[in-house]
Amino acid sequence: MKSWASRLALVPVLLWAVATLCFFLLRALPGGPFDRERPAASREVEAALRARYHWDEPLGRQYLRYLGNLARGDLGPSLKYRNHSVNDLLGQTVPVSLSLGALAFAVAMGLGIPVGVFSALGRNRWADATASLLTLVGVCVPVFVLGPLLVLVFAVGLEWFPVALWGGWTRAVLPTLTLGLYFAARVARWMREGMLEVLQSPHVQAARARGLGEGAVILRHVLPVALVPVVSYTGPMLADLLTGSFVVENVFQIPGTGAFFVNSFFSRDYPLMMGLVLFYCLVLQVLSLITDLLLRWIDPRIGS
Amino acid sequence: MIGSSSSPGRLALERFLRDRMAVAGLVVLVLAALAAGIGPLLLGIDPDRAGDLALAPPGAAHWMGTDIHGRDLLARVLIGTRISLAVGAVGALVSLMIGVAWGVVAGAAGGRTDAWLMRVVDGLQALPTVVWVMLGMTLFEAGLAGRFAQRWPDALPVLRLAAMMICLGSVSWLTMARVIRAQTLVLRQRPFLLAATALGVPPVRWFLRHLLPNLSGVILVYLTLSVPSVVLYESFLSFLGLGVRPPQASLGSLIADGASQLNPIRVRWWLLVFPAGLMALLLAALNSVGAGLRAAFEPREGSR
Repeated sequence: MKSWASRLALVPVLLWAVATLCFFLLRALPGGPFDRERPAASREVEAALRARYHWDEPLGRQYLRYLGNLARGDLGPSLKYRNHSVNDLLGQTVPVSLSLGALAFAVAMGLGIPVGVFSALGRNRWADATASLLTLVGVCVPVFVLGPLLVLVFAVGLEWFPVALWGGWTRAVLPTLTLGLYFAARVARWMREGMLEVLQSPHVQAARARGLGEGAVILRHVLPVALVPVVSYTGPMLADLLTGSFVVENVFQIPGTGAFFVNSFFSRDYPLMMGLVLFYCLVLQVLSLITDLLLRWIDPRIGS
Repeated sequence: MIGSSSSPGRLALERFLRDRMAVAGLVVLVLAALAAGIGPLLLGIDPDRAGDLALAPPGAAHWMGTDIHGRDLLARVLIGTRISLAVGAVGALVSLMIGVAWGVVAGAAGGRTDAWLMRVVDGLQALPTVVWVMLGMTLFEAGLAGRFAQRWPDALPVLRLAAMMICLGSVSWLTMARVIRAQTLVLRQRPFLLAATALGVPPVRWFLRHLLPNLSGVILVYLTLSVPSVVLYESFLSFLGLGVRPPQASLGSLIADGASQLNPIRVRWWLLVFPAGLMALLLAALNSVGAGLRAAFEPREGSR
């Protein structure tokens, strides 16, 4: 448990390091966010703008100000969406991305685990067929290929689902599948490997020898152990899920954090960019800590 | 190393050649590399030249049809494959150099140095890698691109590719470092390396002459496995518009162009299906070659 606590203590340190690195890297860039493309603002307007965003202060003080606000949970004003703070934008976009992510996660687990289990048991033709299809998707069809192809077939061709946007379950189907199938493939593979390994182990033979029914053997003696590789894959999977969500939100025009994040690169909205980088780091850290706790609960050998 | 019939390299080669999927992948890969390398010369169509015939479906004049500016899609797909493969190969090489150096230093030095170096790897692993690539490309675009554009405008696309290779390579080395460190720790205890240490072989010679040849199998395996992931990241960036800029094309940006033409009124499937299909084929080939090499060099872990 000690190493878990020390990892928890490391989270603020990591966030501070990321904030510092981003702050100075982005401030090192030539040209501010106010002097591009558009005809030069008058001197007074520019001075007022710089003062409003505290860009006229020395760099050290700006850095301390940013850190101070950060400690209070204030990520500062957005430069592109002038009347919104980064916190506002996060408040509007995070629920959207979170529900997309949760749905995709549910698809990955809900499809991947049964397919992995049944294909390891080798008695179900459907599971085998699904497993080979999923493996194909998982190996060679990345999210930015699958998304447009699903739109081409199911939205443009068959007209079963809307092409884009968010809200209502029909709009959620294609983005969820796009994001979820790739990970369902990975989950199915880990689940299958875990199952095959555990099915060979002595404790399962012992359970069978005691005359337990096959269902009870699988449920009580195989599944809990076979889940370990899947749960330990969840950590890296969540990071990839995040990456995939950038693409999915872009393809389906979903107003989530990923879409805003990608846009912040084009509009050079540095506060928004930094806010989202910090948010992503925090989310990944927290989720990986939760995964870790879950792993220790399933398999008490880990961490002791 | 390959020469006498019983050398490990020779054995691995024999195992690899018995793996049909891997050999098929290698054939596809060689064909794709040839097509991307000399195909544009043989075809003789300028991929950037706009034609009168916009959005023509595939036919005798344009085998893969034309895009919105009337450019030949086959020529663009070939040149895009060249860029995707080149970025993948060089990016993987960059990650190889960082990963090997990091892993060898950690494994050979041991103690505190090792602990700190590996702590850095752990920390980086917990951060969303693609976010760093996006930040790196922003720094390039905003910081360096402007300066270079004034002096050598023609060199900018090449520089951008180089920046992408460096960015992608510098986030993809973590697994390589881990594996190399583990292997170094094992090899360090072998008598021949202990003897070399005892005889006072200077470190550079120790590394180049005694350690590196014995790491070459692992290095080859993980180099091959990291190529598809770098190709994937490059296409991901270009898909979002953060990678190659028009008129330059990579498979990712071509897929994005195809996706942007998706609408229920007129279906221009060729713009999406050809680049997406090629991308899927390339990824499948790269992955099966990587899996085959791994099975050949690490026979015990064959099934993964």
